[in-house]
Amino acid sequence: MINNLQEELLPNVNWENMWEATLETAYMSALAVAATFIIGIFLGLILYLTDKGNLWQNKTIHAIAAALVNIFRSIPFIILIILLVPFTTFIVGTMLGPSAALPALVIGAAPFYARMVEIGLREVDKGVIEAAQSMGANQWHIIFKVLLPESMPALISGITVTSIALVSYTAMAGVIGAGGLGDLAFREGYQRSNPDVTFMATVAILIIVFILQWIGDWITYKLDKR
Amino acid sequence: MITLNRLSKVFQAKSGNITAVDDVNLSINKGEIFGIIGYSGAGKSTLIRMLNMLERPSQGQVTVADWNMSKLSGRSLREARQEISMIFQHFNLLWSRTVKENIAFPLEIAGVPKKKRMERVQELIELVGLHGRGEAYPSQLSGGQKQRVGIARALANNPKVLLCDEATSALDPKTTDSILDLLTDINKKLGLTIVLITHEMHVIRKICHRVAVMDDGKVVEQGKVLDVFRHPKQDMTKEFVKQVTEPEETMEAIEGLLEDRDMGPVVKLMFLGEDAEQPVMTELIQTCGVSVNILQGKVSKTRDGSYGTLFVQLQGEKKNLDKALLFLEDHRIEAEVLNHDK
Ligand SMILES: Nc1ncnc2c1ncn2[C@@H]1O[C@H](COP(=O)(O)OP(=O)(O)OP(=O)(O)O)[C@@H](O)[C@H]1O
Ligand SMILES: [Mg+2]
Repeated sequence: MINNLQEELLPNVNWENMWEATLETAYMSALAVAATFIIGIFLGLILYLTDKGNLWQNKTIHAIAAALVNIFRSIPFIILIILLVPFTTFIVGTMLGPSAALPALVIGAAPFYARMVEIGLREVDKGVIEAAQSMGANQWHIIFKVLLPESMPALISGITVTSIALVSYTAMAGVIGAGGLGDLAFREGYQRSNPDVTFMATVAILIIVFILQWIGDWITYKLDKR
Repeated sequence: MITLNRLSKVFQAKSGNITAVDDVNLSINKGEIFGIIGYSGAGKSTLIRMLNMLERPSQGQVTVADWNMSKLSGRSLREARQEISMIFQHFNLLWSRTVKENIAFPLEIAGVPKKKRMERVQELIELVGLHGRGEAYPSQLSGGQKQRVGIARALANNPKVLLCDEATSALDPKTTDSILDLLTDINKKLGLTIVLITHEMHVIRKICHRVAVMDDGKVVEQGKVLDVFRHPKQDMTKEFVKQVTEPEETMEAIEGLLEDRDMGPVVKLMFLGEDAEQPVMTELIQTCGVSVNILQGKVSKTRDGSYGTLFVQLQGEKKNLDKALLFLEDHRIEAEVLNHDK
């Protein structure tokens, strides 16, 4: 009965391939999200701390960091991948497979996330930072015990948005040979005129996105004690 | 304990330079509660923030305990700051931490081991009266409770000095009083020197030993609280004293009476010390043969004794009225016959 239904509605879907592609997308997304989280927070901290009136106030470094972030944030992702081909081959050794997508994914997403981190950090009450200083806190105490914990809900909801953007980036990266659901939808679905494959790949991506959103919202909710 | 020597702070702003603190000299004793009062923009916050170098002085010296604060930086400044705590108008608690974790924060910074930290936190929770609220988050507390957390946090590393920047200005009168009682208590128990700034004379009256009045960056008057209440010199100080002794409605009511001179003179009496608590009025009526119409009275308790003001209208023969005024003088009561000045 179920087999018949599948024969009729999704005749060309190969579930094994579909599962493998899903895993590839999940793998690319997970690693890219983890790296983006760390690099984005680092960049965001630099943007915030070097800004006027803050701990490491420094016009030059702030201007350089802001310029880099803005440039990489403005390059369309598909072009970024192409621009990064030499860099990726150097780092990963190949342009094929899910790992090859990672440099482009992270370089595309980290600046985007860094801005969100900066905004989140700016929301931290200056009075609280001052209170910490009045207690004799050093800069590391302020970063790790005040700034990051106090902005954590904003950092988490920011990485949720970013990770969803990353899933769609992986689909684009798929087109140039990184594998995953985007690749499957393009080669098996579009090029071979199998709309049912494209449809199922879309459903799989949607499921990933919903799961990410749900996890992100849940963590934010748990952390937010304001 | 604290000495300020020719202390000034100039802010460079786009619209020109602002002298927020102007050549201030002050000396605050160990174990004292010292109040600084002034209107908004007088430079009080800037002054108190220079005591722990949250604001660097443009000129002059700050000595706290034995530290020459303006010379400190880096590690030595951070160590000094652990002994000069501060509480704030808006409490400035970390919302991501529970009450216990907030109080533990300065202990973490000072590198106190976990077990000791927990013991100390528990002590402090009891000291400030937050028993059973240790696991709550700041957002679940009332303003008064938040300030208690602020105080516990400030006391964690056994400081020598506690700085209070408008610590009760965000609280209602009743909560203000309970926080002031707590501060008095701590001052007595721990022998802590407290510097507090405020724009409410009530706060000064209730807990301070000495007070300085600030206007436009300068200290215009200072002295023992009771002395300042008795003989305020500057007009501004008089206004602040009136906040406590003369409610506004009184003056309006008295204005009305002054218009009708035939009713007899309106006299403002100022009592001091024990006199404020003695039945002088009964004696006055009995010995001088005047009748006394009490319009409004108020006794304010300061730490060094009571201070009372009483507005009365005296009625009787001219001779008796003069006698009454002499009687008052004999009893160390300052009397001021109010005139209608229109
Ligand atoms: N960082 C700053 N930059 C420029 N001007 C400042 C700065 N901080 C304070 N000022 C100015 O210094 C003056 C004194 O400010 P301060 O905050 O010390 O007053 P205050 O007595 O604490 O007032 P309030 O009761 O409103 O808190 C004000 O004119 C204020 O505008
Ligand atoms: Mg102020």
